[in-house]
Amino acid sequence: MAKQLFWEDVAEGAEITPLSKIATSQMLVRWAGGSGDFNPLHYDKVFAEGVGVGQPIVHGALKRQWLVQLMTDWIGDRGWLKRFSCQYRAMDIPRAMRTMVDPVDGETWWCKGKVTKKFVDEGEHCVDCDIWIENGKGEVTTPGKATVVLPARG
Amino acid sequence: MQPEEIAQLIGKSTGVRMFEVEKGAIRRFADAVGDPNPLFRDEEHARGSPYGGIIAPPGFFGWPLRQQMGSPLVVEFPMELMGPLSQSGYAVATALDGGMEYDFFQPVRAGDTLAASTVVKDLRERTGKMGKMAFIVLETTYLNQHGTLVARARATTILRSFSM
Repeated sequence: MAKQLFWEDVAEGAEITPLSKIATSQMLVRWAGGSGDFNPLHYDKVFAEGVGVGQPIVHGALKRQWLVQLMTDWIGDRGWLKRFSCQYRAMDIPRAMRTMVDPVDGETWWCKGKVTKKFVDEGEHCVDCDIWIENGKGEVTTPGKATVVLPARG
Repeated sequence: MQPEEIAQLIGKSTGVRMFEVEKGAIRRFADAVGDPNPLFRDEEHARGSPYGGIIAPPGFFGWPLRQQMGSPLVVEFPMELMGPLSQSGYAVATALDGGMEYDFFQPVRAGDTLAASTVVKDLRERTGKMGKMAFIVLETTYLNQHGTLVARARATTILRSFSM
């Protein structure tokens, strides 16, 4: 794990260490099993066409957890994710699989964030952040916000 | 839907549902995210952390204990919603996930049993490019086996109506 981040190390406007992800059809099946969401919209083309979406799309909840990972990676073992929100604004299409383990070429998603505010609230050293996911074209499909509590050097 | 009807649906709730937070389920969830964080999978690392043991990633609340086998979704709508929604042409089968808001108060630990209850917080209808849509906000409160509030989740579900 990366070394622990402290509140004093963070400046307003600073970037959160970005996290890259590649959504694949295989990953969506794994997510269905790991999360319990077996909505065929995420793995069945006939169903996705039938409900007017066209093709299987990445689960909003998987994108949410990518953004949660962005935050928990950044804040380390001693940080606490206090508030979190995100909106699924645009659909993302997973890459198909080329082999058992590798996807075809295609887009890579980036989870990113920026510190918007530092403050102390009832003794807690807090940081507000804007967070988002960009698709391969650099478009934001999943914007959000997070508030974290970090340890202070004191 | 008439405004009075919508007003009556706000505040309707599911019963309490129980969730079991197993260590293996935490690891499979973290695997599905592609998250290697040792707090979620490595006993020894987690014991030496401020949590003293394996915790779940924020956003994982375990598996429902009494969910019907083969159920396709983890989301549960309060029963009273179903009739009025289908009368207005909304099909739950075409639900889209709109977003999520969390407040996290305490860690969810491997071995916890959580009690969850879900209440209809908001319901709005809008007419857009795709026709009539309903935006439903369901708020779920999670308590652990000590009765401590661990998290609150507000999920927005978008339903499309197939009647004009």
